[in-house]
Amino acid sequence: MNLLWLLSSGSGTWNPLLWLLAFIVALAAAWFIRSFGRKDFREGLQQEPFISGNEEPADGGGHIPASNLYWGFLESLSGYYSRLIPLHTGILTDYVAWFLGVMAVMLVIALIV
Amino acid sequence: MATLLQHLPALLVAVPLFAAFTLPLVGRTGAPARTAWVFLGALLTAATGLLLAWQVFAHGPLLYVFGAAAPHVPTPMDSGGIPIRIIFQIDALGALMVVIASLSSLAIILYSLASDSRHSGKDSFYSLLFLLVAGVLGMVSTGDLFNFFVFLEISSLSGAALVAYRVDKGQAVEAGLKYALLSTVGALAFLVAVGLLFAQYNALNIAVVASRLQFTPLDQIALVLLAIPLAMKCGAVPMHFWTPDAYSTAPSSITAFLVVSSQASLYGLFRILFSLYGHLLEFSWLTFGWFLIILGVLSMFIGVTMAIPQKDVKRLMAYHAVSQTGYMLLGVGVGLAVLGNAEALTAYGRTAMAGGLFHILNHAMYKGLLFLTAGAIFFRTGTRNLNKLGGLGHHMPWTMVFFMIGALAIAGIPPFNGFASKFLIYESVFRFSPFLSIIAMLVSILTLASFVKVFHAMFMGAARTEFAQVREVPIPMIAGMAILAAVVIVTGLMPRPFIDHMILPAVNALVDRADYIAAILGGH
Repeated sequence: MNLLWLLSSGSGTWNPLLWLLAFIVALAAAWFIRSFGRKDFREGLQQEPFISGNEEPADGGGHIPASNLYWGFLESLSGYYSRLIPLHTGILTDYVAWFLGVMAVMLVIALIV
Repeated sequence: MATLLQHLPALLVAVPLFAAFTLPLVGRTGAPARTAWVFLGALLTAATGLLLAWQVFAHGPLLYVFGAAAPHVPTPMDSGGIPIRIIFQIDALGALMVVIASLSSLAIILYSLASDSRHSGKDSFYSLLFLLVAGVLGMVSTGDLFNFFVFLEISSLSGAALVAYRVDKGQAVEAGLKYALLSTVGALAFLVAVGLLFAQYNALNIAVVASRLQFTPLDQIALVLLAIPLAMKCGAVPMHFWTPDAYSTAPSSITAFLVVSSQASLYGLFRILFSLYGHLLEFSWLTFGWFLIILGVLSMFIGVTMAIPQKDVKRLMAYHAVSQTGYMLLGVGVGLAVLGNAEALTAYGRTAMAGGLFHILNHAMYKGLLFLTAGAIFFRTGTRNLNKLGGLGHHMPWTMVFFMIGALAIAGIPPFNGFASKFLIYESVFRFSPFLSIIAMLVSILTLASFVKVFHAMFMGAARTEFAQVREVPIPMIAGMAILAAVVIVTGLMPRPFIDHMILPAVNALVDRADYIAAILGGH
């Protein structure tokens, strides 16, 4: 059994079976808690979501677009991104230049080493 | 049957090549015949690859001498002790790559039968796809440097043509041109290196050249001319710029196989560093190990940080492909760095390499799966722009589940396969340098953050009227994704058999290079 499940790194082990068991226990606990819920619930009886008293925006209007996610992360690393993104010029000759540059550096290193 | 098994290495490239060259003829008889031919070709290619890999893992490395009366004898009696023909030499590492290419090609071709059904030019499309598959299978099977170059060219040119195939208002053509030109420049450097080695040692067979190498200045130049193009082809930073362009504009089925093609280049890089130059790098193992490690760390970090601001889902995934390649380079790089230190190699070097090689298998499966899910979204909605998507979980539940499996796997969340390989990398690399291990973990966290964004953008939210007509993709596309998802789950839940029977033998094949040479020249 262990042969199938146990993965050893030499300094630690990982057993997916134990993780699965823990996951199943968590699912069972969730199901148990859910069983305390209202028995008279039916589809359609659910109330509209409460958004600070505002009506729910129609047709995906409440959906936060991907570009708005991680705004803070990108803003705080704007110095890093302002240097990194311009390197990705999309220009083929730049791509070739990077390739040849790395090759030149490695040639020097290989000949020294 | 015995004859068939004997010629499996030849069939490995002969079957997809035959399928490629007969497709334009079969296609003239009608769409159903073409579809059946494509499916049969994919099935036979995968079956040949898996059977061959099973033979290698069960019975040891395979040799196949093309055109010889006795295909398993590398040096004919009248050759003066020199292997004179093209030889396929498939050890455990090659077999691992064959498994990856076989499984991926089957899933991807099955998927493409539906995803590309609305397009014209299918005869040429599938011919090129089978050529790409043959090129990749040849690269990971051959034991000959010039033959490797030929297969590299086959895969590069067919790959570039496929990237450009759907034109896409010129964007795809531009990406195809970039891929073709960079591949050609890289392949030319590779060819010059092969010429330098041939001029000095009068041989092209990797094992023969490895046994004769003197590490002259010309050999050192050849090493760089061999290694850097392969590093560029596998998308290592700072030579990765072509990957987001090519991966994002190619049809998704093609992108999924371009990942495998890139990994075949990674295989080539490892083969050059370990099998060809291994013993001569004795005094510079640490230097070249750090070369791989630095490429790996740069790829991991820059790949993932460039992925986060992307709005095009395939471009985002392409940067993640760059980032994941970094893990493979890191794991194998640590192994190379401690190759001269037997104690460290035993303590954590082999484990780091096992993690890196296992990650190649895992990445091919989950990244292929992710690209296929992105293709499914594009197939139904016609856009890759994350800002325009949303609420698709209501209409495409299977695609959503497959995306979740792929996303959790790439982020290294248990119990999916990405965690198993990253676990080996984290723990072993930590013993080499805790700082590198922490970077690897940080990159995984950023990867998770990035895919949470993608999941939210594509699938979450209320159903939208503009996607009211969207429905789940056809069954062949679901089947293609299901094959890869199943491998992701099985290799995640039961990593040990894969590690023991496929990955560790592949690590040994890299480390014990004497066996690779002895298989051709005898001795040992």
